Amino acid sequence: MKYYGWGLPFNASVHGAEIDRLIYVIHIFMAVLFIGWFIFLIMALLRFRARPGHKAAYKLNHFKAPTYAEVGVALFEILLLVGFSFPVVSHVRNDFPPVAKSLEVRIVAEQFAWNIHYAGLDGIFGKTDIKLMGPTNPVGLDPEDPAGKDDIVTVNQLHIPVNKPVIARLSSKDVIHSFSLPVMRVKRDVIPGQVAPIWFEANKTGNFEIACAQLCGLGHYRMRGFFTVDTPEVFQKWLDETAPKPPAPEPPANGSDVRPIPSTESTPTS
Amino acid sequence: MSGKNHSHDLPFWRKYIFSVDHKVIGIQYAITGLLFLLFGFSLMMLLRWQLAYPGQPVPFIGHLFNESMMVGGIMLPEFYNQLGAMHGTIMVFLGVVPLAVGGFGNYLVPLQIGAPDMAFPKLNMMSYWVYFLGGVTMIASFFAPGGAAQSGWTSYPPLADIATTGQTMWLIGMIFLITSSLLGSINFIVTIVQLRAEGLSFFRFPFFVWAQFVTSFLLLLAFPPLEAAGVLQLMDRLLHTSFFLPSGLVVSGNVVPVSGGGNPLLWQHLFWFLAHPEVYVLILPAMGIVAEVLACNTRKPIYGYKAMVYSVIFIGFMSFIVWAHHMFLTNMGTKMSAFFQITTMIISIPSVVILTALALSLWGGSIRFNTPMLFAVTFLPMFGIGGLTGLPLGLAAADIHLHDTYYVIGHFHYVVAPGTLFALFAGIYHWFPKVTGRKMWEFLGKLHFWPSLFFINGVFMPMFIMGLAGVSRRLYDPIQYAHAQPVQPLNVFMSICAWGLGLSQIPFVLNFFGSLFFGKKVDANPWEATTLEWSAPSPPPHGNFSIAPQVYRGPYEYSVPGQKHDFWPQAMKEEN
Repeated sequence: MKYYGWGLPFNASVHGAEIDRLIYVIHIFMAVLFIGWFIFLIMALLRFRARPGHKAAYKLNHFKAPTYAEVGVALFEILLLVGFSFPVVSHVRNDFPPVAKSLEVRIVAEQFAWNIHYAGLDGIFGKTDIKLMGPTNPVGLDPEDPAGKDDIVTVNQLHIPVNKPVIARLSSKDVIHSFSLPVMRVKRDVIPGQVAPIWFEANKTGNFEIACAQLCGLGHYRMRGFFTVDTPEVFQKWLDETAPKPPAPEPPANGSDVRPIPSTESTPTS
Repeated sequence: MSGKNHSHDLPFWRKYIFSVDHKVIGIQYAITGLLFLLFGFSLMMLLRWQLAYPGQPVPFIGHLFNESMMVGGIMLPEFYNQLGAMHGTIMVFLGVVPLAVGGFGNYLVPLQIGAPDMAFPKLNMMSYWVYFLGGVTMIASFFAPGGAAQSGWTSYPPLADIATTGQTMWLIGMIFLITSSLLGSINFIVTIVQLRAEGLSFFRFPFFVWAQFVTSFLLLLAFPPLEAAGVLQLMDRLLHTSFFLPSGLVVSGNVVPVSGGGNPLLWQHLFWFLAHPEVYVLILPAMGIVAEVLACNTRKPIYGYKAMVYSVIFIGFMSFIVWAHHMFLTNMGTKMSAFFQITTMIISIPSVVILTALALSLWGGSIRFNTPMLFAVTFLPMFGIGGLTGLPLGLAAADIHLHDTYYVIGHFHYVVAPGTLFALFAGIYHWFPKVTGRKMWEFLGKLHFWPSLFFINGVFMPMFIMGLAGVSRRLYDPIQYAHAQPVQPLNVFMSICAWGLGLSQIPFVLNFFGSLFFGKKVDANPWEATTLEWSAPSPPPHGNFSIAPQVYRGPYEYSVPGQKHDFWPQAMKEEN
């Protein structure tokens, strides 16, 4: 399936349609306004070009049409705000689904990777500490904490089930990043020192991308993650495969698709 | 240039280099600004190679760069980020503002209000030289260890706090530039209020003077927060304070040894509190120039002059309370985002009023299509596109998808490049005869205009498509992402247009220097215009007017019924 082209990307989220609708409505509005105005401009330029026998008029009667157009624009802007933007922002920002019915993940951004932390079978996130962070323990899980034994940590691999809300708690280790899922119409700055909860719900399965939308350093351009929306069965299977096995060695955070994080910059080749 | 009165007693270096004459300082600002515009544009033409042909060696000139910039002609991401950050900084702070405010403002405002000079000539000179120091610091930063600033022209911490030495130089350069703007703005305000010619009431100001007046207040009130912020970031970098650094940062696996407790968002608030009014610092003088050129070449008064004046004042006030629309995605609550969405929609209204008034001014005119007029008229639809595409970004819901994509770049470039820069070109062609006593050549002017118009749209129009497709800005390698690959051909097209735009400036350079020496000589008022600067000789001598002018009427008395000529200068008592 072709997800990307010259228009808006494929939409795989429940709320994305509302954002797309606003984008379409406002672009139609802009096009109508601009084309009408541009026709006026061309007409004026042709009709009032300097030529022998043509004189400029000193004072004209007051134009009524522009005033109506101004009021029309203002009213339409109010409609865009109240009818489209406010409800969508409020929905995305405030209408969090109940935690019990959602999948919760922690997403810890760093130069230049997305660390995804699942709570595992017990549904409780293990304690973390920045002092424990390292290449094999990217989110700093405390090995002493029993709640963390079954936690799953992946790098650049976000898997979620379709038709189930996801609550993601975003944080950053180092600089500002921006967590972007283009197909989900999700984008949020990840600011060090803050934990930002966001939520979204996928309604289509597929293999997509996580992008970093905020300049975060040399490797910003390749801070790309993989975003997979699965059916609940496939997702469960992935969880089972990825989850650390009970006698797993410590720290038990490595999944099959976990790749080491580059700790320093290497010369890029593309 | 200025040879009368006492100025001929001055030695060369006092007359042309450390001059206190507002006209010489204006020319210094304009020339320096134009050179920086060319330099900043060259950085972008270089950067666009990497965007069009990622990872391929830059032809011809690639091997001239040292190992820290390009290896085997292939651009490094460090250098790409430097080019991006410095392009933005140079174009805005060293190019457009110095040309629009320092150049046009300095040269024209005293002439248009009938003053012999600025109120504080020495302060004026100081403001230029402080700007010059800032510019030198910025250019020198390319030679700092690790290169120039590379955290974007916005310099968001913590990234900027932990960046290489170039960032320190960027901050020092910015402190110079802000200081220069502050000195200039105070000078403008005092000059405009105090040194008006007799009879020149505020509502007889040319619109350009109004635009500069409001711009000066924006510079005066918006720049100090960034100056403070710059000092704070400098302290974070040099004295290990943590104004913008929260506790518990881990960079490259190491805990950052700072006390913490700061907030990166503080910088963003201080930065955008400057940088949004800054947008209007860029655009208002351009609107002023367009109004002057339009009135003169339509041979009729500006339509809705008073509405435009009230709108420009209103824009000035509103521009201080829209800044956080740059920060919709920073965990901002719904109430706060609603407030900034509303103010953003409100500020679009006066801009629409000004644009509409300018367009309606064409109606009923007798339009001369000379080069300045072509550039000025083109400003209208170009700024229109720039303004309209701001609407989706100002609506927080649409901004979720469009934020930090190429859509943003397309939007503000339409405002500043084919918008402001075209207006500035209009101004150069329009006032060149006043400054030099010679006209620029029409043919070369048109050879400059038409290709520039085509190519500049070729550069920026495709950015909207890329942005809607979700492509982020500031990507060293644009095709890392699957969603960026289908639109990559547009990058090639945009780059070719950017280089074409570069070539299109050659006729301008030839015209500029050619007409300086060989252009057709003209008298004081070659365009048959009404405002006061055209009553002074071309070029005006030191002290501008031989006798202090008296103003009898408004600025745009063109085609007044019953008058013999179709223009009635402000300083002319009765028609002769």
